[in-house]
Amino acid sequence: MIAQILPLADFTAPKIEYGELMPLFVVFGAACVGVVVEAFLPRQLRHLAQLAITVVAIVVAGVLTAILINDKKELVAAQGAISVDGPALFTWVVLLALTLISVLLFAERSVDGGLSAFAGQAAAVPGSEAEREGTAAKVEHTEIFPLTLFAVGGMMLFASANDLLLLFVALEVFSLPLYLLCGLARRRRLISQEAAMKYFLLGAFASAFLLFGIALLYGYAGTMSLGGISDALASRTGGDAILLAGTGLVGVGLLFKVGAVPFHSWTPDVYQGAPTPVTGFMAACTKIAAFIGLMRVFYVALGGTRWDWAPMIWVVAILTMVVGSIVAITQTDVKRMLAYSSIAHAGFLLTAFIGLAQAGNGVLSGVTSTQAVLFYLVTYGFPTIGAFAVVTLVRDAGGEATHLSRWAGLGKKSPLLAGIFAFFLLSFAGIPLTAGFTGKWAVFTAAWTGGAWPLVVVAVLCSLVAAFFYVRVIVLMFFSDLPADAPDVALPGWQTTTAVALGLAATVVLGLVPGPVLELAARAGEFIR
Amino acid sequence: MNIGWLTLLLLLPFVGALATMLVPKAKALLAKQVALGFSLVTLVLTAIIAIGYQRNGAEDYAETHAWIEPFGAHFALGLDGVGVVLVVLTALLTPIVMIASWNDAQDGRWSEKSFFAWILGLEALSLGVFAATDVFLFYVLFEATLIPMYFLIGGFGGAQRSYAAVKFLLYSLLGGLLMLASVVGLYVLSARAGDPSYLLTDLMQLDISQNTERWLFLGFFFAFAVKAPMVPFHTWLPDAAAEATPGTSVLLVGILDKIGTFGMIRFCLSLFPNASEWATPVVLVLALISILYGALVAIGQTDIKRLIAYTSISHFGFIVMGIFALTSQGLTGSTLYMFNHGLSTAALFLVAGYLISRRGSARIVDYGGVEKVAPVLAGTFLFAGLSSLALPGLSPFISEFMVLAGTFSRHKVLAVIAVLGIVLAALYILIMYQRLMTGPVRDGIEKLKDLNAREVLAIAPLVVLIIGLGIFPKPVVDIIKPAVESTMQHVGVTDKAPEIPVTEGQK
Repeated sequence: MIAQILPLADFTAPKIEYGELMPLFVVFGAACVGVVVEAFLPRQLRHLAQLAITVVAIVVAGVLTAILINDKKELVAAQGAISVDGPALFTWVVLLALTLISVLLFAERSVDGGLSAFAGQAAAVPGSEAEREGTAAKVEHTEIFPLTLFAVGGMMLFASANDLLLLFVALEVFSLPLYLLCGLARRRRLISQEAAMKYFLLGAFASAFLLFGIALLYGYAGTMSLGGISDALASRTGGDAILLAGTGLVGVGLLFKVGAVPFHSWTPDVYQGAPTPVTGFMAACTKIAAFIGLMRVFYVALGGTRWDWAPMIWVVAILTMVVGSIVAITQTDVKRMLAYSSIAHAGFLLTAFIGLAQAGNGVLSGVTSTQAVLFYLVTYGFPTIGAFAVVTLVRDAGGEATHLSRWAGLGKKSPLLAGIFAFFLLSFAGIPLTAGFTGKWAVFTAAWTGGAWPLVVVAVLCSLVAAFFYVRVIVLMFFSDLPADAPDVALPGWQTTTAVALGLAATVVLGLVPGPVLELAARAGEFIR
Repeated sequence: MNIGWLTLLLLLPFVGALATMLVPKAKALLAKQVALGFSLVTLVLTAIIAIGYQRNGAEDYAETHAWIEPFGAHFALGLDGVGVVLVVLTALLTPIVMIASWNDAQDGRWSEKSFFAWILGLEALSLGVFAATDVFLFYVLFEATLIPMYFLIGGFGGAQRSYAAVKFLLYSLLGGLLMLASVVGLYVLSARAGDPSYLLTDLMQLDISQNTERWLFLGFFFAFAVKAPMVPFHTWLPDAAAEATPGTSVLLVGILDKIGTFGMIRFCLSLFPNASEWATPVVLVLALISILYGALVAIGQTDIKRLIAYTSISHFGFIVMGIFALTSQGLTGSTLYMFNHGLSTAALFLVAGYLISRRGSARIVDYGGVEKVAPVLAGTFLFAGLSSLALPGLSPFISEFMVLAGTFSRHKVLAVIAVLGIVLAALYILIMYQRLMTGPVRDGIEKLKDLNAREVLAIAPLVVLIIGLGIFPKPVVDIIKPAVESTMQHVGVTDKAPEIPVTEGQK
């Protein structure tokens, strides 16, 4: 291979559909520009420049994606590696919108005495003199912005990867920046670094599972492309063992990213340790990208063996819902509680996934699984970021006061903030007239349509358990007395205010008039290969 | 899109709630006046609608707007005889509760104006529940009523109020979520049959297989049984009613719990007629247990408000029995019972509330000889108690009689045993009256003030209605009858022909 020189005539340049892939190019391009800015711009200008570049890139990419959706440009691009189909485009828009809100939170500097939530110098030893000097000089890492862009670019790629190899590359592209972001908290740096380490080790472990699974599937099908594997399933006989093993291992890798039980153990620690804006970003965006990636692999490539993997997902779905909602009850930290809540939500999503309500399975009218999942991810993403934004505002001398007991009587101190947080919690609990209810309704319907009604019953009972711990926080905030040393509610800057307001608006609107978004999700149609 | 009468009726209290919240905190009196004003205007509008309904029928009020098309959900409102009665009850009780609880919210956790705003919010949602003709809309409003009630109990009650509020919420959510499973199931069936739609009229056309119908019925029935509440899903009610302010208890027992029995008629019987017939034996037995158990436990209570709560459980047993007896007399009686029970329990709770707020204790042993110190108070209490035990001449008697007569024509044994409930009712009311009001005047009672003008004003309309409808119930029965007949027709049951028919000659 090395010494071989190809004659020019045999070489055809790969065909790249630049128009359709432009949103990806914009995001990755801006990320690279951000790195260059980091190297050449003076320190005091960087924050503004990076913020501007990031916001502009996200908005431009979002507009380009919207244009693609409007033109109904759907195709398999880049030599079959990237599938720019309805679900992918829908996911791109949602990811970009949620990232925009997260970036606003990243840029917030007014809640903690003019400093952002990120460590001034990640390399300085926690508690050292260097750290103190950095804080006094108000140094900050503006690299978080390009890192975020790389992460969201990787997520977009992950959600549209039509090839297992690209899927893996995309997974690493979005995971590595997240590992870094997790370890960059300004307060409680040790716990943050521990979280990053845990996330990295377990993530690497899961990646290895995924990679091994990919190798086995390649061994079975002789191809990496999802469509090719699907064809191989239809034509090849024998080799079931290698197929099943590959399916299982790929499943493990993907379910890890989704945060499904029993691959969830990283979630609470990482959510607790990471800087809260990053937690919000991860909770919303990682889950979205991972779920769409999971669905694409299982629906497109492995749809032919669904009877083999369906029982596995049934078990995982039930475990995820039950463990997520029951263990959440015992949590004493707001961020950990929200982490378990996100696990329970992953379980609800899995019910729609396993419902397999698709036109191909004879379900011709009503809500399809893909539609339900896409819609649920929207109704879940906005309140999630909003809730974490609220968490950043309840502070005492040590930073954010995340212990639940510190939230007692918050309704007295700041009725507005507590009211907003209560509204987000009610949405998570799925109380009608909030986004969470319509989302839940959609996934349950998809599950039942596909015949998974026992899962719906389990999900409904778990919703009740979940409602208990959400309500407990509301009781704590509104029905407990304010202690003397209650934490302060920081006055948010425009960034956090906008983020909370957008989350709130989305939660209300999706609860009252979910029709337009549901129809958009329906228009997204099915995955194409 | 033109706004219909019923939409207007829903919006009015809702706007009132917002307006009340916007009044500055310092002007609590103004806020309360605004709230009362809105509730009175709502009452007037309700009266106009009810009169119009009697004259022109339901067509003028039905309205349907597309809401969430992919779900097949509509914003659809309409009235039938049962709905009208409960809408009127809701609109009537709200201002009465406001007047009676004028000063009750002063030592609550939050400002007084929020108490009144939550009441108006609850009124808006309850009106919507009774008028909804789309299952999805009904479900949404049904669950949403929990939020104002939760804050009313948790914010303005006694010492154990947060516990009671959470218990109330969790029980209701359990029922509601199981119903959600059934609601989702209905959608799936509707989607399989063609275009998904949640309109009641569309769902009634569905062809449901026997097993599916039974499961879906159970989901709905469970939610309503928790709400109503029926033994053994009742334990949240005494806690909630005892901890809440008397006004909140009236709204809870008088209006909110009626959603349960209303839902049984509107949804269980209409959507799942065969399953309803299938479930009759079990439901009737549960109803009978509720009647007797509620009454027996009421006799043993030491707390006035808990006692009244248990009497309501007994009464709800009668209502459910009348519904599932599946006779036109029983159904009419039950619907009338819902209205009358609203009146009599409201009177009982409010007068008990007056008494408790004067003495500062809800324990029966702390009282004695009140009739010597405060005769008007004792008199109204006796009147309310007598109406609660269904004294002939007062309105609850007629409904209780109709329920028993309707049940007797189909289930003789059950009806005979249920009659015991009346005897027990006399016991729990009269024993309570005797302990509280008669005998020597106890310490702490000597200076008890009698009712003031505001308190009398709140009770007066209830007294007038209880007597008026006791003597002449025809207007209400006339409204209920057609709705009951159409429900009966849909379920496919007819009344048993009397064994000794009335012939021309005997007339």
